Amino acid sequence: MSKVVTMAEAVAAYVPDGATVAIEGFTHLISFAAGHEVIRQRRRDLTLCRLTPDVVYDQMVGAGVARKLVFSWLGNPGVGSLHAIRRAVESGALEIEEYSHFGMVGRYAAGAANLPFYPLRSYLDSDLPAVNPALRTVRSPYDGEEIHVVPPLRPDVTIVHAQRADRDGNTQVWGLLGCQKEAAFAAAHVVVVAEEVVDPQVIRADPNRTLIPGLVVDAVVHCPRGAHPSFAQGHYDRDNAFYLAWDAVSRDPARLAAWLDEWVYGTADHAGYLDRLGADRWTGLTPGPARSGTVDYGDYR
Amino acid sequence: MTGHSPTEMMVVAGARAMAGTRVCFVGIGLPNIAVALAQRTVAPAIELIYESGVYGARPSRLPLSIGDPCLVTGATAAMGMLELFQYYLQRGLVDLGFLGAAQLDRYGNVNTTVIGPYDAPRTRLPGSGGASEIAQNAREVFVLMRQSRRSFVPRVDFVTSSGRGLSRVITDLGEFAHRDGELTLTHLHPGVDVDQVREATGWPLSVAADLAESAPPTDAELRLLREELDPDRTYLR
Repeated sequence: MSKVVTMAEAVAAYVPDGATVAIEGFTHLISFAAGHEVIRQRRRDLTLCRLTPDVVYDQMVGAGVARKLVFSWLGNPGVGSLHAIRRAVESGALEIEEYSHFGMVGRYAAGAANLPFYPLRSYLDSDLPAVNPALRTVRSPYDGEEIHVVPPLRPDVTIVHAQRADRDGNTQVWGLLGCQKEAAFAAAHVVVVAEEVVDPQVIRADPNRTLIPGLVVDAVVHCPRGAHPSFAQGHYDRDNAFYLAWDAVSRDPARLAAWLDEWVYGTADHAGYLDRLGADRWTGLTPGPARSGTVDYGDYR
Repeated sequence: MTGHSPTEMMVVAGARAMAGTRVCFVGIGLPNIAVALAQRTVAPAIELIYESGVYGARPSRLPLSIGDPCLVTGATAAMGMLELFQYYLQRGLVDLGFLGAAQLDRYGNVNTTVIGPYDAPRTRLPGSGGASEIAQNAREVFVLMRQSRRSFVPRVDFVTSSGRGLSRVITDLGEFAHRDGELTLTHLHPGVDVDQVREATGWPLSVAADLAESAPPTDAELRLLREELDPDRTYLR
């Protein structure tokens, strides 16, 4: 049965007020289209989880959808601060729960593997455990070594963007893989947003490239260029000019509100956002080809 | 090529300190340039690891972020972050990691979390990212940063990563090594004196008995930096 729905339907069904939401993707494949739809539907009191909140969560926090942020690195990569989030944190309006990257990845891994915690070599002599009581230690029952642990993170919904998926949600990704696999297996519900919805035979022709099986996917949204201004390896480049320009927008609450009015509330969906962006935007963002070689899986009939 | 800026000297000193390094965990900004210079000079066999999930990167352009697509195309391996942190970093395969710092103290503790109290920060900074695990698991850790009293403080407001693993700090004025539990000035860059360093250090400066002067950048190093690695002067102002 096809799981293909519109973004509006997916967000209405799987992102209720108060939900714990993970829109994952480390710099690569960030579903800005999903973030914008959450803003359009005026969700409130969300707990937003991401290693790097990035501009997408800066927009969402700026729009007032979030109550709490769970993260490990809070910045505009290569540019500076995320000013909307920073204002909300410095004023105390946004609750935070803070880890390191490995800690966040480990949290998703424990959630995905149905384990009570994940042990890792980090946080030694750091002040982080003093401000986050979820960072604890256990003693190995084998040699007595003390090691830090993080608790499982089980989002109500994980939303990931991918290069391709079939109608059942079998999802293939290449390039930076981030922690989408762990975040998807850890979640109660998964929404996959895809550049292309392909025939199942395309997936089956290259099973090693499948990151997330349809088994754990609830909805598939076909949304080309839905990761802009982040990127989709082989499809389009990171729009660094957007990230650089965002600094001045998010620094000023009035400009941020005007941006949201124009680009999110003022567009019906991601197609409308792309119309506003214009076709010329993509000329400098389209990479040349660098095709992988092919492998022979063998025919065993 | 005549003359060089303090930042160019810092990057060149950073590159030279990587002589012979095999596996390096790279951050963005200045360390990226230093690593690229090392790869073309003292460490041709260096393998670059990015926390975004890349081993053996051969970037075809200077990446703005550590998650740039140019890091993947042509790399030896691209993988999920769980695999990278577990099998490459925690397994002990990383020789050298770079950390950024908003504040650094005499013990080498690094703060990238908050200025002021955690619950009521004067300035909220990015936080750990991968720093906490890099500090604990890389064989050596370097900090490459411009030096001032604002950043070289008596006591960091928050220990994001412990100074225990920090081996070297390379600045625009000189170079520090971790000796007897504290950062000790071991090198002065050409034209800099100890008083200048003392002026830019927020704690009683410890100076090595064998204090040396860094060799100035060579023409070849400057040419690589200015013509190949950062022709637009994005980092090397």
